[in-house]
Parts: sequence; C-alpha cells; structure tokens
Amino acid sequence: MADLAIRLRGVVKRYGSITAVDHLDLDVPEGTCVGLLGPNGAGKSTTMRLLTAQAIADEGELEVLGFRLPEESKQARAQCGVVPQLDNLDTTLTVEQNLLVFAHLYRIGRSERREAIERALRMSKLVDRRASRVDKLSGGMRRRLLIARALVHRPRLALLDEPTVGLDPQVRQELWALIDALRTEGTTILMSTHYIEEAQRLADTVLIMSHGSAVAAGPPSELVLEHAGHEVLEVYGPPARLAEVEAEAGAAGMRTRRTGTSISILGVDGTNGFTIEGERRPANLEDVFVLLTGEEIA
Amino acid sequence: MATAEARGTRLGRLERSALTGVLVREAVNYSSYWRSSTFSSTVEPTIYLLAFGFGFGSLVSKIGRYDYVDFVGTGTVATAVLFSSAFPAMFGTFVKYQFQRTYDAILAAPVDTEELVTAEALWIATRAGVYGCVPMLVAMVFGLDPSWGMFAVPFIGWVAGFGWACFGISIAGYAKSFENFNYVVSAVLTPLFLLAGSFFPLDNFPQWAQVLANLNPLHHCVVLVRHAVFGWDGWIDLGRLGALAVFGLLVWRVAIHAMTRKLID
Repeated sequence: MADLAIRLRGVVKRYGSITAVDHLDLDVPEGTCVGLLGPNGAGKSTTMRLLTAQAIADEGELEVLGFRLPEESKQARAQCGVVPQLDNLDTTLTVEQNLLVFAHLYRIGRSERREAIERALRMSKLVDRRASRVDKLSGGMRRRLLIARALVHRPRLALLDEPTVGLDPQVRQELWALIDALRTEGTTILMSTHYIEEAQRLADTVLIMSHGSAVAAGPPSELVLEHAGHEVLEVYGPPARLAEVEAEAGAAGMRTRRTGTSISILGVDGTNGFTIEGERRPANLEDVFVLLTGEEIA
Repeated sequence: MATAEARGTRLGRLERSALTGVLVREAVNYSSYWRSSTFSSTVEPTIYLLAFGFGFGSLVSKIGRYDYVDFVGTGTVATAVLFSSAFPAMFGTFVKYQFQRTYDAILAAPVDTEELVTAEALWIATRAGVYGCVPMLVAMVFGLDPSWGMFAVPFIGWVAGFGWACFGISIAGYAKSFENFNYVVSAVLTPLFLLAGSFFPLDNFPQWAQVLANLNPLHHCVVLVRHAVFGWDGWIDLGRLGALAVFGLLVWRVAIHAMTRKLID
C-alpha cells in the first residue's frame, strides 16, 4: 500500500454548539487525487483548515506528510501548497511580485528562486501577464495565479479548496487541465468541491461528506455502482404522479430521489418486470451524492 | 529543482526564514504605497510642529533650558513615531485579516502566528524609526542645532515604534470592527499623546499625573529623544530605554496572543 500523504482518524472540530467536522477518517495515499465532495456546510473547508493548522481539532489524530498536527504543522506546510476558496492575493502587486513573495515564504533558495517563478508563470500560462497588477487580471487569471502561487515551491501535497468555485465553465475547464497536469506529475492532491463533474473527472477517490462526517468513500465508478447501480429510471410528471411513482418504487424495494420536476429510481438494471414508464439513463455520481447527502447539487 | 529549504528538517520558533518572508512581503508591498504612507506619517507631525512651534512659540519663548521650537521639535518625534506605528498597525492588521485575508495566505506557508506578528511589528518599527526623524529634521531647518546624539533618535524611535506597533496589532486582534478603534483612539491614545510632554512640560502637573506620565511609554520616548539631542541623563535614560523595552516585550506577547486567537480557530 502506498504511503499516506494525509491520515485523519476520528477528527472532531466544534464551533460552540455546532460540530463542523464529526469523527472524520480520511486517507489520502501519496500520488493520488482525492476529492472531498459535499454540499455547503458539510465541513470541507474546515477540514482544509485543520490540515494547515489554521483550525485545531478538538479530538482525533491528524498526520500530514508524516508530520503530526498541530505540533509539527509548520514542517508539513513547508511541503504543502494551499489554494484557498477565497482569493487572498496581494492585489496591488504584480503577478511576478506575488510569486516572489511566496518564493520567500516557502524558503526557496536565492539561486533557485528565479527558475521557480518562471516555471510557475509558465505552468499557469501567465508569462505574458507577469508585470500586470493583480487587480487588472480576470477572475480566471487570478485563480491560475493562486494555483501557481501554491505550487511555486513544488510541494508534495496540494490542498485545493473549491478551486473553481464561481468561475464560468470555460475557465473551469482550463483549471481542470492545470490540476490534471499536476496530478500526472505525481503531486498528491486533496481537492474540496461541490461540483460533481469536477470530482468525477479529476479525483481517483471521492469522499462524500455530509454534516461533518464521511458518508461514503471510494473511486467514483465504484461509488456509483454500489449506491445507484448501472441505470436510473427518470420519471417526469405532475407532483401527484411523482408521489405515486415514489410509493410504488418504494414498495418494490427501489431507492428514489427527487430531482425537482422528476423522480429518479436508482438501480433499475435488470428489473425488466418493472412497469413504470420513464427514461433510462446511466447512473452517475450526482445520484449518489443526492441519495447520501439528501441535498441537491449547486 | 526548487525545494523548500525546510524539507525533512524540524522547524523551530522565530525562524529567520519565516521572518524574512513576511518582511519581504511588506517591503514589496511598500513599493506600491510608500508615497501615501510617507505623506501621512511625516506631514501630520510636521504640521503639529509648525502649529505649536510658531503658535505657542510666539507666546512662550523658552521652556526650562530649551527654546520652545527646540522643545516641540524634539517632542514631536514621539508623536511621529506613534502616528507611524500604532495607527498603521491597528488599521493595517485589521484590513489584512478581515478584508484581504492576507494572513490566511501567509499562515498556509511555513510561518506561524508568532513569526507573523513579530515580522509585522519589526517592519512597522523600522518605518517608525525613520519617519520619527522627520520632525527633528524640520526643526533643524528652523534652528535646532545638530548634535551627535541625534544619531540615536532612529533607534529610540525603533524601540518605541515596536511597542506601539504591537499595541496596535493587539487592538486589531481583539477588535470586532473598525468602530472599536474609536474607543482606543479617544480613551487611550489621545490622553497618552497629550500626557507625553511633547508640547508642554509635565513639571507643573499634579503629583499623581506626573506618576501616571511615568507609566506612559510615549513620555519616555519624548524625554529620551530630548536627552539624545541636548544631553544624556546617564542611568536614568537607560532606565527609560528599559521601560520602553519592557513595554515592547509585554505588548509583543499580548499581540501574539490576540492574533493567535483571531487567526487560529
């Protein structure tokens, strides 16, 4: 079994009466991309903060790259790169100056600093914008710069907290290519997201979180097969008809989920005797997500 | 390959690399706002100097053995130190953690809160040490005689500035909103500013006020600068420097506590 870049056991984080992370176990093997998938408020960002010791767990064990947290978090952070959910670039500085500052913060030696910055600029395709002030960049460029900043010291582990949130689909795809290239290079990635497609495309393993706990974990295809089967029957109709279908499927031992104007009946593969009319489609991670968290995706 | 210097090694407290990283960030940022910062930190005390020097100076020609312009010129150094340390520390720190989330970014790197606060205070203190000299230079234009002791003024300003920077960071760390700063400015900084002996001597104040003044770090800064320029007072001045150092050390720890509480959940 590969070494673990991240190992959490029974981690609990409370804010007053609210339990943001509730006895969470998480393994991230080195060289893999793990997606933390969950609705808003599921505890994804708190988990990310715990991994950089910007939040301290009330209970449980945390290890990042072999270092125990929070005692040895500084050593761990020296080998991590963090892309935050909210932009925290220095907006009055140029692209290059932002990278220069973090090259210093990540202790890159003087002789290697220039090359590290150039590599980060090339990777993020910001070579031509190196002298631009950050407040003159587009949203997508700023996101790319955030990623470049996190990777300027070639970390072993990248923590990406909702890396594409709020971006248009085209920019999101650009960033997916960037993250995919990173994964191909062998960097371990832990990425929180509430975009199903993002998790499905990029993650080797997905951990679905709800109310601070892990409700399922595994490769996306296995999760789909285990919880939603191969096929789903989508039935459209007025609310009264959908209620009838729901009751009928329930009586037949089938699992269902509401999707606004329709109802999805999961795991209908091989149920040739099923009489309800509808459209069959392949099951997907969204079905699993909604089934397990009880919440519609964003 | 660019690698973290710390890879595979145990990192300690108050490391030079971490302090340097934060200081580099401040220095690079300073290149984008030095004009406005220099303007506000030097023009305001200079206006005080000119207003008091020529306003009161027309009524009061001497205070003790000092010409009034010289008295105010040296006293205003402490004002400049206060203005260029406590205020930027309060407002700057609050903006960086509340609006810009700069500290979240820095703390994701191998830097801890103690190093972050220390480097921020060192940077502000250095600026205060430099800006503090401006009123003295202006006073020289208006007749203050140069002396060798003036070379100690940036250091005195630096020590006092470190304490006031930590004070400002502490206030920002405990504040819930910008409005909270009004209480501190009105109830703490303004009385300390007026009870420092910058613009008038404290000798004629009631005994209790004079005792209180000795608890005012700004007063020690004023007296030290005056003695640096006009002649030292031996061990007493060393005691005053010690008082400034103790003030700095105390509020440094308070600032670290306040910011840890603010930045680490």
